[in-house]
Amino acid sequence: MLLAEQALNGLQYGMMLFLMAAGLTLVFGVMGLINLAHGSLYMAGAFACAAVAAATGSFWLGLAASLVAAAAAGALVEIAVIRRLYARDHLDQVLATFALILVFSEGTRWLFGSFPLYLTLPPSLSGAVMLPGGLHYPLFRLVIIGFGAAVALGLWWLIARTRLGIRIRAGEADREMIGALGVDIARLYTIVFALGAALAGFAGALVGTIQSVQVGMGEPVLILAFVVVVIGGIGSIKGAFVGALLVGMTDTLGKALLPGLLSRMWDAASANTVGASLASVLIYVLMAVVLILRPQGLFGAGAGR
Amino acid sequence: MTLNRDTVVNLAILALLVATAIGAHVLGNGFTVTLATKAAIFGLAGVGLNLALGYGGLISFGHAAFFGIGGYVTGILASHAAAGTPVATLPFTVMGSNEMLGIWPMAMLAAGLAALVIGALSLRTWGVYFIMVTLAFAQMLYYFAISWPRYGGEDGLSFYVRNSFPGLNTFAPIQYFAICTTLLAVALVFTAVVTQSRFGLALQAARQNSQRTVALGIRPYAIRLTAFVLSGMIVGLAGSLYADLNRFVSPAMLSWHMSGEIMVFVILGGVGRLCGPVAGAALFILLEHVLGGVSDYWQALLGLLLLAIVLFAPGGLIGILTQRRRHA
Repeated sequence: MLLAEQALNGLQYGMMLFLMAAGLTLVFGVMGLINLAHGSLYMAGAFACAAVAAATGSFWLGLAASLVAAAAAGALVEIAVIRRLYARDHLDQVLATFALILVFSEGTRWLFGSFPLYLTLPPSLSGAVMLPGGLHYPLFRLVIIGFGAAVALGLWWLIARTRLGIRIRAGEADREMIGALGVDIARLYTIVFALGAALAGFAGALVGTIQSVQVGMGEPVLILAFVVVVIGGIGSIKGAFVGALLVGMTDTLGKALLPGLLSRMWDAASANTVGASLASVLIYVLMAVVLILRPQGLFGAGAGR
Repeated sequence: MTLNRDTVVNLAILALLVATAIGAHVLGNGFTVTLATKAAIFGLAGVGLNLALGYGGLISFGHAAFFGIGGYVTGILASHAAAGTPVATLPFTVMGSNEMLGIWPMAMLAAGLAALVIGALSLRTWGVYFIMVTLAFAQMLYYFAISWPRYGGEDGLSFYVRNSFPGLNTFAPIQYFAICTTLLAVALVFTAVVTQSRFGLALQAARQNSQRTVALGIRPYAIRLTAFVLSGMIVGLAGSLYADLNRFVSPAMLSWHMSGEIMVFVILGGVGRLCGPVAGAALFILLEHVLGGVSDYWQALLGLLLLAIVLFAPGGLIGILTQRRRHA
């Protein structure tokens, strides 16, 4: 019973990570850009949702605002800064996006203050539901799992079945060629970047309802999303999905089960501390194992193109 | 070494740092001496990273790991020495220490070992992967430090007495500054010698054209790993000095902001230039101090400045001073 609940928690966590990692891996894959400021867009979405929900009283409007605000912030940043970085080396990209984090974080602190904001769920989404087997589970976490699955399907459809998806895949393969064929690359890149930003902002708004909305909330998630992308392989949406679920499950189940497993060998107190410490590094061990077996990631075409 | 413009700028930067500290000491301004010491320590960390980043082209976003390990080794040894308990009894007894000359090699050894493991795994990848993997491993240590309560966990670890150095009073700010600056100078000479050696030339060749280096019969992996380990050891030493400066270590030394800052020192000054990180670190401390007085949100201003440097002055401070980019 506990195991089923933790597995659902892991699934929900994995779905959140997928929303973050999908945008990162798209931007890596299509533009070859490492974007540290992706976590800031996640934060921007959460703050937009909190502000709009507080002003209008409607969580759904807030959720819509998170998508719009993060996409707009993404497009703005892409046009103002990011597009100058495509031709630069990764070092310049890391540094410029690190600088963007500083600007975003301090700007948000200036606008909203240092105190965390809280989002309240609408009554229709709060409360628990009875699952088959007699398990009570928070409805909203199920909704997040549903959202994540819907986004995964939607992205797959977008990439595999639409004209925009064809252009994105073509842009990954050969950017000069699709430029010569008459595709406006600059606009395509802005769209891809804004799409990734919107997904990150959406994830931020959803997580903001479970945790609090505060400055710096995006950074731990960003690093986990990096781990997901490394495990899944750069540029692969499928890899991001599998990687996110792996990381989400490993982290949640590790934290839930390790202390219990270790307590069979040691006394409870030391099993708890060692278990907690081990659980916190478990996903990085997972990453190391993947790196040793497949340096290009589970679904990657080739390491670091 | 001929006295070209780079050399003049390098010497001028060091002279300026020393002159600032001595001037402040004469005026009785201990706070400024401590700021200069901080600049020297951060400069040392930058010099370490520069070996991997500037000369080796290895964009490590995880050097806080080595900085923090150096710091934690110092803190752990010092706290055990104060409590009179051994650090470990198995497989052999390790006692605590409050002698800098004993602590530094331990800090560098621990950081070097960590760099060996992290480097061996990370160097299997390159490009964007390398950045993310080094970042992730540093973050792993960060979370480990937070969740491991033995040495303070999230709260960090204080030790109340600065470790000692034979013949010097390490509590006097100017004497501690002298220790840190001497180590910085040693690291600079070491970097200058290493980058001119066969090893250093091979390292730079591997950065410029990996395939051609392979064709010449040099295996980049071993060379890069060596550079990564040396780089980690220097940064570990800087971490040890930083712990002693504050008499405090905390997981913040391992956080990715620290990695970013060390990287910023290198970039502000100019990538792959000998004294670039020193100039960058000094400028960073100065900005922190000046902008921090202007606004509580000084990090936003720093971010904008950094953005401007990346977009419009890719050679960094020394690039501006010497009027030309480092020939890549």
